[in-house]
Amino acid sequence: MKDRWITPSPDAEEKQTQKFEAWKAGGNVPFESPDAKALYQHRVTLIKDAVQLEKVPERVPVCPASGHFPIEYAGITWSEAMYDYQKLTWAWEKYHEDFATDVFNGPRGVVPGKSLDLLDFKLYRWAGNGLRDDQEYQFVEREYMAAEAYQDLIDDPTGFFLTDYFPKIFHGLAPFENFPMLPPVHEIPLVPPAMMPFGTPEMKKAMQLLGEAGDETHRWNAEVGRTSLQIMGRGLPSFSGGFSKAPFDVIGDSLRGTRGVLLDMFRHKDELMEACERITPFMVKCGIAACRASGHMMPYLPLHKGADGFMSDAQFKTFYWPTLRKVAIGLIDAGLVPILFAEGSYNQRLEVIGDLPKGKAIWLFDKTDMKRAKAAIGHVCCIAGNVPLDLLCTGTPDDVIQYCRQLIDTAGKNGGFILSTGAGMQGARPGNIKAMIDFSREYGIYR
Amino acid sequence: MSKKLMHAIITMQEQEALELVRQLMDTHEDPFTILQYCTQAMGTVGQRFEAGDYFLPELMMAGEILKQISDILKPQISAKPGKAFTKAGKVLIGTVEGDIHDIGKDIVSFLLDVNGFEVRDIGIDVPPAKFVEEIKTFQPHVVGMSGLLTLAYDAMKATVNAIERAGLRDHLKIMIGGGQMSDKIRDYTGVDAYGKDAVAGVSLVKTWVEGMPQ
Repeated sequence: MKDRWITPSPDAEEKQTQKFEAWKAGGNVPFESPDAKALYQHRVTLIKDAVQLEKVPERVPVCPASGHFPIEYAGITWSEAMYDYQKLTWAWEKYHEDFATDVFNGPRGVVPGKSLDLLDFKLYRWAGNGLRDDQEYQFVEREYMAAEAYQDLIDDPTGFFLTDYFPKIFHGLAPFENFPMLPPVHEIPLVPPAMMPFGTPEMKKAMQLLGEAGDETHRWNAEVGRTSLQIMGRGLPSFSGGFSKAPFDVIGDSLRGTRGVLLDMFRHKDELMEACERITPFMVKCGIAACRASGHMMPYLPLHKGADGFMSDAQFKTFYWPTLRKVAIGLIDAGLVPILFAEGSYNQRLEVIGDLPKGKAIWLFDKTDMKRAKAAIGHVCCIAGNVPLDLLCTGTPDDVIQYCRQLIDTAGKNGGFILSTGAGMQGARPGNIKAMIDFSREYGIYR
Repeated sequence: MSKKLMHAIITMQEQEALELVRQLMDTHEDPFTILQYCTQAMGTVGQRFEAGDYFLPELMMAGEILKQISDILKPQISAKPGKAFTKAGKVLIGTVEGDIHDIGKDIVSFLLDVNGFEVRDIGIDVPPAKFVEEIKTFQPHVVGMSGLLTLAYDAMKATVNAIERAGLRDHLKIMIGGGQMSDKIRDYTGVDAYGKDAVAGVSLVKTWVEGMPQ
C-alpha cells in the first residue's frame, strides 16, 4: 500500500477521543484518595485541551522533562541508578515529592545495566561499563552499517537487524549472524536448515544470555512499574509512554552515522530514501506497540538530524520529513498523540512541519524561536518547550522566571501550549527548577 | 578542463571531479595549479553556504572530494622539492572531560582540515590537565572544546581555569560548540566564542587566525 499514511484515517478523531477518555479514567492507577484521582483527571484535561486546540485550558500545563536530573538530585551515582533498581525508583520518588510538576516523568530511560552487560551491548557506554560513576550513559555513534549494505536492509529489515546489526551492537549475540532467514521457512524441506543454527553451542549460549537479560529486565520492570503507579496514584498522569523515531534518524543515528548519512544524500540518494520508506512501518508499529504496553497515548519521538544546520530545507523535504510525517500519521490513525521533540533549533522547518492534522500532535521545541513557532504552526499543533538548559544550569531563579513569563505570554497565548524544558534537565539548579514550576503554574492560569 | 573540474566540485559530482583530476595529471598539469582550482571551487561552495543555498551535507561532500583529490596529488607534490603546503594555522580540539561524544568534534576537525588548518584532535573525555599539556607541545592558535551534555559546562569552565593557571590563556583563542552550548555558556565558561554549528566554528578560526601574528 504505497499511499498509506498520507491522509489521516476518518476514525482517527474518534480513536483519539477514546484514548483520552481511557487515559483520564486512569483505570490501572491505584489512587491514594478521591482527591488524587480528581487532580489526575484535571491534569489530563489540561493536557487534552492544550493538544486538541478546541478550547483554552484552565491553565498552562507544566511538564518539564526530568531527564536524568532525579539521579543527581537524589545524590545517587549512575551505577547505582542502573544496577540498583530500588535506588533508581527512590530517586524518582524524591524528585516527584519535591517538585510540583503536573506530570509524572518515569525512570524508564534509565535501563537495567545488568541486561546490557549480559548482552555485551556496544551501542552505548555507561557507568561501570567504560564510564565513571558520575557519567550518564552516552551513545557511541559509528558507521555500524556499510553503505554497500543498503540493499540488504531494504530487502529484509528484520533479517538485517538480526544477522548483521545485532552481532555488531550486542557482542553477546554474535552467533545471530547465523540466524536463519525467516520468510522462506514455509515448506517441510526448509525446516531442517532453519533449525541447524539453533543446535550449535554458540547459539544456545546466545539464547541463554537473552533469557537471562529478559529475566533481569523483568526485575527492573517490576520495580519501576510498581513505583511509577504509586507516584501516579498521587495525582500525576505520566507525560508520555512509548517511543518511536524518524526513519531518517534510525538510519543516520544508529546505522550509518552522521557523516555517513550526510554523504549518502549524494552517493546513495535512492537507497537512503528507499530505506527510510522501509523503516517507516516499523516505526509506526513500534510506537503503537509501546503505547499499548504502557497504556498511554503519547509516544515520544526524539528528532535529531532534521534540525537547522544539518541540512537544507530542500533536503529536509526530500529526505527527512516525508517518512517522519508518515510515522506521525500512522500513530495519529491509531488515536495516539505523537510528541515530536525537535532537539536543537527548527526555525527553518516551521513552514513544513505544520502539515499535520489539527489537534493531533505536540511539537516539543528545544531552541526554536517560540514566537515564530506559535505564529507558524500554533493553529494546527500544540507547541511545547522551551525553557533553556543553559539558563536552568547556570542562571538564577529570577532569570528563569523572566523567561517563563515571556514564554507564557507569547507561546501560551490562547492555549495550545505546554510549558516544558528544552531538553532533559540534568545539570539544572534545583532552585531554578522550582522557580520555573511554581511561577508557571500560577502565571499560566488563563483568566 | 579547469572550469569543468571546478564545476564538478561545486555541484558535488564526485566521480566526474576525480576523473578530471586524473585527466589533468595525464596532461602533466602542475599539481599545485590543480589544487588552486580546487581551492577556488571550495571558495564558491563556502559562498553558497553563506548565501543559504548549501548546508552541512554539501560542505562534507565537497570536503570528501577535496580529500580524495589531495590523495591523488600527494605523490606528485612530495616529488617536487622546495614546494610544500603551508597550513593556515593550528587548532587543538577535543571533547571535554566527562563527555564521550565525538561526532560534532569530528565534523569540525574535518572541515578545519579541508580548509587548510593543521588540526590536532586529542579525543574525547579529555581532562583539563591534558588540554594544558597538549597546548604546551602543539602551541595552537585556537583551542576548540566540544561537549553535548550539560555536564560539559563545568568541565569547560574547569579547562579554561586550568589553561589560565598554566599561564597559556593570553596567547590563545578558545571556542566551544555542541548541542546545549550558547552565548550564555560562553560567558559562564570564560571562553572567547561559541559556534552554533560546525561551520560557525570554522569561521571563528578563520577570523581569529587572520588577525594573529604568524
